[in-house]
Amino acid sequence: MSPGREYKGIVASDGIYIGPVLSLGFRRSARIASGSTEAESAALVTAIKAALSGIAALADAAGSDASEILDFQIAMLEDEALSAPAHKLIATGLAADSAWLTTMDAEISGYQSSEDEYFRARAADLRDMRDRVLDHLLGENPGVSGGGAVLFGDDLAPTRFLETDWTKGGAIVLTSGSTTSHVAMLARARGVPMIVGLGEGAISASSAIVDAVNGIVLFNPSQDERDALSARLAAHVAERLADAPYLLQKARRRDGTAIELLVNVASVEELETIDVRSCDGIGLMRSEFLFADGKPLPGEDQQYRAYRRFLEWAEGRPVTIRTLDIGGDKSLAGLTPADERNPFLGLRGVRLTLKRRDVFRIQLRALARAAVHGQLKVMIPMVTVPEELSATAALLDECLDELQREGLHCAKPPLGIMVEVPAVAVCPELFANANFFSIGSNDLTQYVTASSRDEPAVAALNDAANPAIAKLIASVACYGRDNAIPVSLCGDMASDPAHLAGLLDAGLTSLSVAPARIARVKRALAEL
Amino acid sequence: MSDWFSGNIVITHDVGLHARPSVKLTKTAKVFTAKLEIAAKEDGPWIDAKSIVKVMAMKVPQHATLYIRASGEGAESARDAILALVRNDFENVAGA
Repeated sequence: MSPGREYKGIVASDGIYIGPVLSLGFRRSARIASGSTEAESAALVTAIKAALSGIAALADAAGSDASEILDFQIAMLEDEALSAPAHKLIATGLAADSAWLTTMDAEISGYQSSEDEYFRARAADLRDMRDRVLDHLLGENPGVSGGGAVLFGDDLAPTRFLETDWTKGGAIVLTSGSTTSHVAMLARARGVPMIVGLGEGAISASSAIVDAVNGIVLFNPSQDERDALSARLAAHVAERLADAPYLLQKARRRDGTAIELLVNVASVEELETIDVRSCDGIGLMRSEFLFADGKPLPGEDQQYRAYRRFLEWAEGRPVTIRTLDIGGDKSLAGLTPADERNPFLGLRGVRLTLKRRDVFRIQLRALARAAVHGQLKVMIPMVTVPEELSATAALLDECLDELQREGLHCAKPPLGIMVEVPAVAVCPELFANANFFSIGSNDLTQYVTASSRDEPAVAALNDAANPAIAKLIASVACYGRDNAIPVSLCGDMASDPAHLAGLLDAGLTSLSVAPARIARVKRALAEL
Repeated sequence: MSDWFSGNIVITHDVGLHARPSVKLTKTAKVFTAKLEIAAKEDGPWIDAKSIVKVMAMKVPQHATLYIRASGEGAESARDAILALVRNDFENVAGA
């Protein structure tokens, strides 16, 4: 029984998990080339065969949905055209692993650059095939990469998160990272336990207990520690079970007052994991998912089809789509400036889109066209002065005129603003023309406390419980109530039961939360 | 080259010539000993219809016209089988 090694971090998504550790970043040790091109070619052929039999076994076990995509992987791997370039590279002296990696990465980038969303999505399948064969070539824990592991590293790319099959369980532990990163949002949405800001470098461990309720990671746990975990796990499961009955109930306070409970979503795929009856609509749809590095900017039709999907999913419930909010920590090659000294105080959100009207116009046109398919609301991020609201409103009107002239079906959605810049929170009366307010408590907290949400050293200052935040929220809610402007809150505060009483006291009656928190928030509301 | 039996048809499958349709197309093509090629344009480039890697790399979207040509033993029925497969929206594989 070796003693465990315990580390404390910040909970980014709660839950408890125990499993094998999969180190990110330094996972791949290179294969030593045998020096014989025949031996390297043979090694590649053997690795592909081994990967094929692994996938075939999976296909037998999986349902028909999964087996269809596995059939595709099998057909691809069986096709010698896939490995032909790798064998040619081996003939020039490359080791089998680097030849395979080079070949597959070229193939993958071909799919990634496709304009067709479906073909782009196949890049993930090719990465999967690449990694499976590589695992066999390197003789490294094959199978673990497919999910069920504790992913451990410095930081985690959102693509890597999305590539991982979380249905087999799993958790994320990062030495840096942030609770408001995109990966953290995804983890909360999918209910994947995640701890960030561990502060330690590479720890060599084969297994770990991730207690993402108390923020503790225990590497190489002993049997005693494993046993102790089961008690905590039981308590956590009991909490989840207590939450469950609330999922499909209308959100109400103890006295019966109804609360509008909306969800935050960031992709079309996410919709499949949410029961639409569990919420009153979408309070925040982050349109950034359509815009990704290395892909062409999405066209009007592509955006229109995507937005329409959210509206159809909502079946008449309100859907608030936020216009492109990049800049800050979300850079996009070709759109965001590369040389800003302080990106969070730079060209982000509406500041950027008003400078890139070509891009903004396409999005507003797509939104106006989608508006005929449901109850769409359009929200502008990072508004600081009223002119940004009026300029966007004017642009939206121009787009509507154009669409009508072109004979395209369109409608004018209500236009509201995010309240996340202190200048707006202090003087909401300057924005009386907004059709609604949505308080973005994450950025508001960061800007009011002047502490970066990505800097572990000041993480304690970046605290939404700071009384200044409560005072601003109460003032915005009060102004909205007096002037019939609906006010909601879509930051992480709404998903945290510890903040709920304060938000209700401030006068809020509409909250937008991470999908995985719906039942828990409803249960907490029922006690308030 | 020997005589080609050729034809063309519009892809109606709702996602185009994607993973599942490509798997079915190449499986059907492999049933025949004839040389079978497809193209997204009338004048090529012509792609081996038995290689899913190459078929997928064509990235043929919905509503695109697929050109087919076959030569060698059983060429005519090979071509017909591919046409039938596309016509049936990749549901029923004739001859496979």
